[in-house]
Amino acid sequence: MNQRSRLSLFVVQVLVISLLLALFGRLFYLQIAAGPKYRDAALSIQSRDVVAPATRGLIVDSSGVPLARNKVGLAITVDRSVIDQLPDKGVAVLTHLAKTLKLKYKNVYRNTRLCGELPAGDKTGCWTGSRYQPIPITKDANPNIALQIVELSSQFPGIDALPVAIRNYPGLAGVNGAHVLGYVGPLTDTDLLEGNGNKYFRSEIIGKDGLELQYDQYLRGVPGIRTVIVDRQEAVTHESQNTKSIPGNHLVTSLDVRLQAATEKALADAVRRGRAAGYTSDSGAAIVMDVRTGEILALASYPTYDPNIFEKGLTISQASDLFSEKKSVPALNRALQGLFAPASTFKSVSVVAAAAAGYDLNGKYDCPSEVQVGNRAFQNFDSKDQGRMNMKKAIAVSCDTLWYKIAFDEWLRDGGLSPKSNPNDYFFKAAQGFKITEKVGIDLPSESTSRLADRDYKKSWFAQNKDFYCNYKTRAPKSQQTPFLVQLAAENCVDGDKIRAGDAVNFSIGQGDTVVTPLKLTQMYAAIANGGTIWQALIGKAIVKTDGTVIKKMVPNKLGTINAAPSTIAFLHTALREVVVSGTAAGVFSGFPIEVSGKTGTGQVFGTNPNGSLKDDTSWFASFAPSKNPRYAVVMMVGQGGFGASTSGVGVRHIYETLFGVRGNRVIPGAAIFPSGKPPVKLPKISPATKPKVLP
Amino acid sequence: MSQIAARQRIYRKSRSSIFHGFDPILTAAVAVLLVMGTLLVYAATRDWYARNGMDPQYYLKRHIINIAIGALLAYGTTVIDYRLLRAYTPFLWGSGVIGLGIVLLGFGTKVNGAKAWIALPGGFQIQPAELAKISIIVGMSMILSERAHDSNEAQSRDVIQALIIAAIPVVLILLQPDMGTVFIISASVVTIIAVSGASSKWVVGLILVAVLGAFVATKAGVISEYQVKRLQTFVDPNADSQGSGYQLRQARITVGSGGLIGTGLFDGPQTNGRFVPEQQTDFIFTVAGEELGFLGSGLIVLLYLIILMRSFAIARRTNDPFGRLVTTGVIAWFAFQIFENIGMTLGLMPMTGVPLPFISYGGSSMFATLIGFGLLQNVHARTRG
Repeated sequence: MNQRSRLSLFVVQVLVISLLLALFGRLFYLQIAAGPKYRDAALSIQSRDVVAPATRGLIVDSSGVPLARNKVGLAITVDRSVIDQLPDKGVAVLTHLAKTLKLKYKNVYRNTRLCGELPAGDKTGCWTGSRYQPIPITKDANPNIALQIVELSSQFPGIDALPVAIRNYPGLAGVNGAHVLGYVGPLTDTDLLEGNGNKYFRSEIIGKDGLELQYDQYLRGVPGIRTVIVDRQEAVTHESQNTKSIPGNHLVTSLDVRLQAATEKALADAVRRGRAAGYTSDSGAAIVMDVRTGEILALASYPTYDPNIFEKGLTISQASDLFSEKKSVPALNRALQGLFAPASTFKSVSVVAAAAAGYDLNGKYDCPSEVQVGNRAFQNFDSKDQGRMNMKKAIAVSCDTLWYKIAFDEWLRDGGLSPKSNPNDYFFKAAQGFKITEKVGIDLPSESTSRLADRDYKKSWFAQNKDFYCNYKTRAPKSQQTPFLVQLAAENCVDGDKIRAGDAVNFSIGQGDTVVTPLKLTQMYAAIANGGTIWQALIGKAIVKTDGTVIKKMVPNKLGTINAAPSTIAFLHTALREVVVSGTAAGVFSGFPIEVSGKTGTGQVFGTNPNGSLKDDTSWFASFAPSKNPRYAVVMMVGQGGFGASTSGVGVRHIYETLFGVRGNRVIPGAAIFPSGKPPVKLPKISPATKPKVLP
Repeated sequence: MSQIAARQRIYRKSRSSIFHGFDPILTAAVAVLLVMGTLLVYAATRDWYARNGMDPQYYLKRHIINIAIGALLAYGTTVIDYRLLRAYTPFLWGSGVIGLGIVLLGFGTKVNGAKAWIALPGGFQIQPAELAKISIIVGMSMILSERAHDSNEAQSRDVIQALIIAAIPVVLILLQPDMGTVFIISASVVTIIAVSGASSKWVVGLILVAVLGAFVATKAGVISEYQVKRLQTFVDPNADSQGSGYQLRQARITVGSGGLIGTGLFDGPQTNGRFVPEQQTDFIFTVAGEELGFLGSGLIVLLYLIILMRSFAIARRTNDPFGRLVTTGVIAWFAFQIFENIGMTLGLMPMTGVPLPFISYGGSSMFATLIGFGLLQNVHARTRG
């Protein structure tokens, strides 16, 4: 072998050795250095978690009647991984399915699209779960149709019908409860990612709104997980782990189905009454609260929807109706999300302010047809001159001008447009004492915060809107360039951060920028009724395990006390009783055998409806009963409902009739919702079969 | 005359025992690999076939038959007379070229995008490219060693002749297209020419041509779409998540999950779930990686290293230029095929369909590698004489 050959052979040998050493090195990296990482990757490829859903806990009322329970439904599901493989991407199958289910093809098509697949802004009806789980078109199908689909499975590739556990809101005693109960639905990707501290499994059903959402962590339970090892064709080769599911806990609420149903009916009737009287009456809310604890005994919002539609399978029109302005946004819970000017119901606050400012609550005051405030005359309600009267009477007949005078005088005393460095602000302080800008703390999601048009609010409002009003001519649309609005804008630009005389005057009668939720007003009247304690509003009473063990008891929570002397509260009790005896609500409650105290409110609303008509007044009635030793606060609000008394006042009377067992003007023995005169304290026995007690 | 008599005596002596003349270390290393390969082929197929209601030993049985036939071929190659080998080479080369021609003319069966197989009755298939490797190595070695006695080095004329011997089958394999085999043959060709003592200009030139050829082929679309895809996914494994990128990723995960000692033979969930395709043939190293771990798969690489080092020793010891060139050709073939196959499995090399010598399931490959092994033993045996 010559030298060159020898050298070449040597070079080749070195090359070959280095190639094999490279393999060794790489092998070492993959198996030893990065081994754990690849082991995890392999595990996620091979193992599948099969989730056996936990039975969701019941939601029951204070006597154990189920408001939400589970039942077996027949789900018709579409498997996207199958239909997407069909030559026509499943169009024929879905068309056939739509015909069989008597649905529109468009509905079925959209129901089976992932939300990401539909164009932005037009996602109604989309599937929030994953592509890899069967998508239910309905979970409550007619058994005959389900059978038909199973028998003709060759005509329905990728379509299956199988029994599933579904959430069911039985509507016992005619109750609806949609806004309180909420609904459940599949986990979305955001839920899965954010997790909000909860570990979810892909196919879990979770609470989406209302109590279902608020108490989801208790109600949901823990799904059972069976971990299986699969092969490339997803066939199970063996099982590696199996944990049993733990059923969810029950939620006992302070609601009473019969009272809730009656409250819903009274509210719907009130809306109908408002419409019959020629008012738009597009929305409403009604609340019954235990004034001694803050427990919510009934809570209704109008318009409402069928809480079962989500499990039945939402059509596109049903889904869009929920948020349609034309249909007054039924998804909105007006009781805690609607903000309305409290109008004359706010005069109870003004009484507290006047007392603090040293006005004699037993003294006599004028109630003229109008009061000159600066260069503007403020009219009494209906511009009536009611003469001289004591303050009790002024509350009863809901005199406005008396309050204009006091509010204007106090405003002047505080320095008017150039306020003193330390103004008395009796009205603002009285209102702040009712904790209006704090939430009522109800255990329902998305509560709105009420707003008080005090000095701080004015300053922050001005900071945000100064630019707009000072450039009104260029910023505002042409349609809003009326001389009145242009002048208003000019005023706002100059001293928009100041409390003006008009603001002070409006504040005293609950008009202007102050807005409250019906629930906040309920809390305020409950505080007046119980002598001054502001209770957190609560619906949940306890979380109870399936074996009856109490896991958690929600204790009533004092948020504070209103800043009013006992004598002032005593005066309010007599004045509010007078409203019902001889004042604005006297007609409504004439002959009512239980003593009720309350206040009407008719709030002016500015603006126009979608159809162009001017908005009608907000109808309020805020009350408590019995007048001596009050136990319940009942508030009703009908948006654009007209007069307080005739629309809401009558509605509240209906609620009291059920609550106290009154027919006509007679108390029927044993017909009261709570025979002992107070809501039950003891927790009920829980069974899905409990029926509401029928009253005589 | 006495010389001839002495040679004949040695020949007779060498035939007195069928194992006489075999290099024991080389033979032992190959035998261990064959046993491991048999177990790995069984491990790769038994679970799946059993679960799908088929004979779990289907591949095992066929693999053992392939080894048996291959062993006979190896034995034959070992004991065959040089002169006979040289005499058969043109036939081997010719039948290789005809086989490749048949494949290209449309009689071939398409497997994984390449037409490389001829279907035989009884479900067997033959891959002419595997046999072409041997005929090229032996043919080139013949031409480059049979030169004028006055020159000890290969002349350019010889080199050109040898290149023609290689070029015809290579062009046919290129047209299939089977880039993996072309790569391995090219490596063998360059190595043989280098070791033949030809001018270093040839070696450097050929390497440049090979690099340029690979570049032009990729750019000009000589390489078919499926190969470009495989190359791209080598660069970016996520580019084709369900195609070749999927395979490469799965292969890496499977090997990596084995760790130090592996899951144990027959107990690899990735293997039993058949997440890696072609795991009894081209991706068989994943089975070793997962079930035998770093110890087992490292042992395989070590055994290859032993085989190759023994082969270098054979090449160095022999006085016969033909034997040396054949040995170096086989070394280059084995080394590059091993590197390409395991390198692909570990994500070092692009995806090509070459089997792992002595281990992968597949008749043609098993026969060819065992004939290659026979050639090494033949040269070794002659050296002793």
